[in-house]
Order: sequence, then C-alpha cells, then structure tokens
Amino acid sequence: MRKRNLIPILYILFLMLPIYWLVAMSFKTTNEILAGFSLFPQTWTLENYAVIFTDPSWYWGYINSILYVSINTVISVCVALPAAYAFSRYSFLGDKQLFFWLLTNRMAPAAVFALPFFQLYSAIGLFDTHLAVALAHCLFNIPLAVWILEGFMGGVPKELDETAYVDGYSFPRFFVTIFLPTIKAGVGVAAFFCFMFSWVELLLAKTLTAVAAKPIAATMTKTASSAGYELGLLAAAGTLTIIPGAIVIYFVRNYIAKGFALGRV
Amino acid sequence: MKTQNNRAWFFVLPVLLLVAFNALIPMMTVVNYSVQETFGDNLFFWEGLTWFEQILRSERFHAALGRQFLFTGLILAIEVPLGIIIALSMPRKGFWVPVCLVTMALPMLIPWNVVGAMWNIFTLPDIGLLGYFMNNTLGIEYNMTRSPLAAWITIITMDVWHWTSLVVLLTYAGLVSIPDAYYQAAKIDGASSWSVFRYIQLPKLKQVLTIAILLRFMDSFNIYTEPFVLTGGGPGNSTTLLSIDLVKIALGQFDLGPAAAMSLIYFAITLLVSWLFYTLMTKDDAK
Repeated sequence: MRKRNLIPILYILFLMLPIYWLVAMSFKTTNEILAGFSLFPQTWTLENYAVIFTDPSWYWGYINSILYVSINTVISVCVALPAAYAFSRYSFLGDKQLFFWLLTNRMAPAAVFALPFFQLYSAIGLFDTHLAVALAHCLFNIPLAVWILEGFMGGVPKELDETAYVDGYSFPRFFVTIFLPTIKAGVGVAAFFCFMFSWVELLLAKTLTAVAAKPIAATMTKTASSAGYELGLLAAAGTLTIIPGAIVIYFVRNYIAKGFALGRV
Repeated sequence: MKTQNNRAWFFVLPVLLLVAFNALIPMMTVVNYSVQETFGDNLFFWEGLTWFEQILRSERFHAALGRQFLFTGLILAIEVPLGIIIALSMPRKGFWVPVCLVTMALPMLIPWNVVGAMWNIFTLPDIGLLGYFMNNTLGIEYNMTRSPLAAWITIITMDVWHWTSLVVLLTYAGLVSIPDAYYQAAKIDGASSWSVFRYIQLPKLKQVLTIAILLRFMDSFNIYTEPFVLTGGGPGNSTTLLSIDLVKIALGQFDLGPAAAMSLIYFAITLLVSWLFYTLMTKDDAK
C-alpha cells in the first residue's frame, strides 16, 4: 500500500516544482536573480507585486481577462443549455451531423483563425473590446459546453420530463425549476471548462485586442521583450494568473473527475 | 428512445448562429486567400490550386508535419500510459482525494504562455532550478537554446507536466464508476491484479480513454503558445511545429495565400486523424 502511494506523491512533486520556482522567483529582487542560483529567496521582496498592483497597464490586464472570461462563460453556458437539451432528448433532422460539426470547431487550430478573426472583428467594429474576445472564444467553448451538458443530461431519466408535463408544468417552468437544479453539477462543470479554456487561451485574445481589452497574459509577453528581462516581475505576474484557476477548481473539486469525463461515466 | 421532433432545431439555433459566425466566416476568408495571390492594396488575383500544390510539395511543410507527428506521437505514448498508472495508484476515498485532484488539475488552468514562461525560468542554465541542477550538480550539459535534443526533451517534459493530469482525471473518473461487486467477483475467482486491470478496468475505461486520446491528439496537434514562448521554434527550426510554422508564414512573411492553403491542409489532417481514430475506437459499440 505504501509503495502505491509513492506514485501520486512523486507526480504531484513533479507538478509543483516549476510552480514553486515561479513563485520563489517572484519574491526575489532583480539583483538576486541575476547574481546567481539560490534555492530560496535570500531577501524577500514584495516589490514585484507592488509594481503590478500600482501600474494600471498591469492591473487592467487582469480586469480585462476576468471580464472577457466571465462574459464568455455566461454566453456559452446560456446558449449551450437549450441546445444540449435538444441533443439529449430529441432526434431531429441532421442532429448527428450538427453535433459532429460542432466538435470539429474544437479541432481547428487557433493559429488558422488568427488573421481572419482580426479582419472579421475589425469589420464589425468590435476590435479591442471584451465582447470580441468573449465571442471569439465561443468558437471552441460552446461546442465543449454542449458536449459536457449533453453528457450530464443524458444521465437524467426521461421520466422526469414526462412526469412534470403530466403534473401540468409548462416547458420553461419545468426547465428552470426542476431540470436545472437536477443537473446543476453539470452546469457548474460546463462553466468551469468555459472559464478554463477562455482563461488559458492567448493567441486569439492577443490578436483581437490592442489596448482597451488587452489580457494580462499578453501584457506579460510585452514586458518580456520591451523592458529588458525583468524575470521577477514576469514571475509575479505569472503567479497571479495561477490564482483565479486555483479558486475555480476549489469550487468544483467534488465534480472535477466526472467533469473531465464530460459527464460520460 | 429519443422523440422525433424537428422543432428541437429552435433550441439549437442560438448555438448554430454563434458558432457559424465564428467558424464559417473566418473559414471562408481562409478559403478565399488560399486560391488567390495578393500584393497588398486589396488587389487579388486568381491562383487556383497553385498554393496547395506548392505546400504539398514543399520540403519545409513536410519537415514541420514530421516534427508535429513526432511530437504528438511522443506525448501520447508517454501521457496515456503514465496517466493510467497514476490514476490506478490514486486513493479512492478519504481526505487525500480532493487534494490530489485539485493539485493535479492546477497546471491545466495556467495560461499557456505563462506555462511557457514558467518553464523558461525553470530551465535557464544558470539561474533556473532544473538548468542549474543539470549543469552544475549533475554536470550534464543542458542548454535549450543550443542543443536541439535538449529543446525537444524540454518541450516534451513541459507537455507531460501540463497535460498528463487530463488523462489521470479522466481515467480516475472511469475507475471510480466501476461497482465494487466487480472487484469482489474477481477476488473470489482469484484473479491477479493484471487480469483485474485487463478484463475489468480496461474495458470500462474505453470510453473515457477515447475522450482523453482524442482531446490530447487535437490539442497537441494544434499546440502553439507553449513551445513558441519556450523555444520560439529553435534552435534553428528544430522545434518549429506546424502552428509555429504557419504563423511564421502568415504573419511573419505575410504570405497569405500559402499560409491559407497550409491552414486548410492542416485542418483537414486533424479532422481526418480524429475521425479515423473516433470511428476505430467506437466501432465495437455500434454492434
């Protein structure tokens, strides 16, 4: 039994090492970083974090990211809910083809779409807005949300719907007061995935923004090239980008395994 | 049995409109570029299939495609078995389960360019933890910017670090859904742990493993940000994967026609392999 536990422990250790190094780096002074190797910060400093929290171009990057990620999550889940219900309960003309087509959008390399997206969103006057990034991320988040929700809804017996109709519920009332609470774990997991993929994606977010809606991660790339190589600052910004992810995982921790299986176990 | 109801289309309509807006218009733009030549000023000339022929014959494309298949093949060969082993040895109940799940999921929620930057800091020869350890403690020459082998080992390790947890979580979800009765029956029969795995666990894991391999194939085949931030495709062209090469052609050299043709070929390959794989893995279910 002891030997068996060793494998997950070693794996988690391996996962934590680069993260530890990033966090340690963020508390070091630039001098210390450049002076050479040290396992722990010799002189702890909060200077790097102070820069981020006082410079608007840094903290606005944060706010921008959170804004477009939230908008995207709300849009994706709201439109995916009825669609997933349709796919799990009804068969209709072209349903299988439509489902597969939706999934193919998950396969398209973002690099393929970067330039056309830039032109499309410039043409409709949404360039450099939060909405543009939120809508663009719908490309891969909606199919994923539909896929996950369909999996969870498939696990709810159809008798539930039928009983409700017999009891005189109208469809909207049934959907909101009975069906949604039944699959709330699925909704949470779908929202989590939308958050996750919108939060980690950068190529499209960077292409579609210039100043007003620039994501935090893009601010980082710029710093790395323009202001010399301020590793401490970069590490601090990187550390801060890990926190929102850690918070949302904590909320879905009980459903996370089932969620990653897209509700299909 | 599902009810036949074509009005269900109204439920799907918002999804259809939003995704079509994001998928069809840009895709048509790409198709448009792929058959034309431009010298700027919005002047376009019909080129037919010239770009497609050029790309399909180009050594550079073959090389990038080869590197891409090598990368995807290697990470699948490492991540899938490793993920299964880790999931099998994880605790099923108790306090440590959520701790394991949350810490394992963490790498997947870090923005991709931060992952690249993190691994860059981690592997810097003299001040990175790994770089320092390799060069100064073990005395192994390790410098990503000089040796292609080191660069490859680093991007593979980074991807294993980043995504093995996906396989772990999926497999784990499959494992906990197996009823205890199955294991008890196996115990009565005196089955070895290998036969428990082969005849009870593996068949039950088929569906989640299909999802895992499909997702890992699609995402690793489209990978861009992490290796771009980490190695920039170098040293030389040794880690220039398909997406990196594509962005170089499209935005670096602004050769829109060839880049668009390459995009379509690239997308077609991803679709084909995913579809083949999906059909093969789900073939038995249909029977």
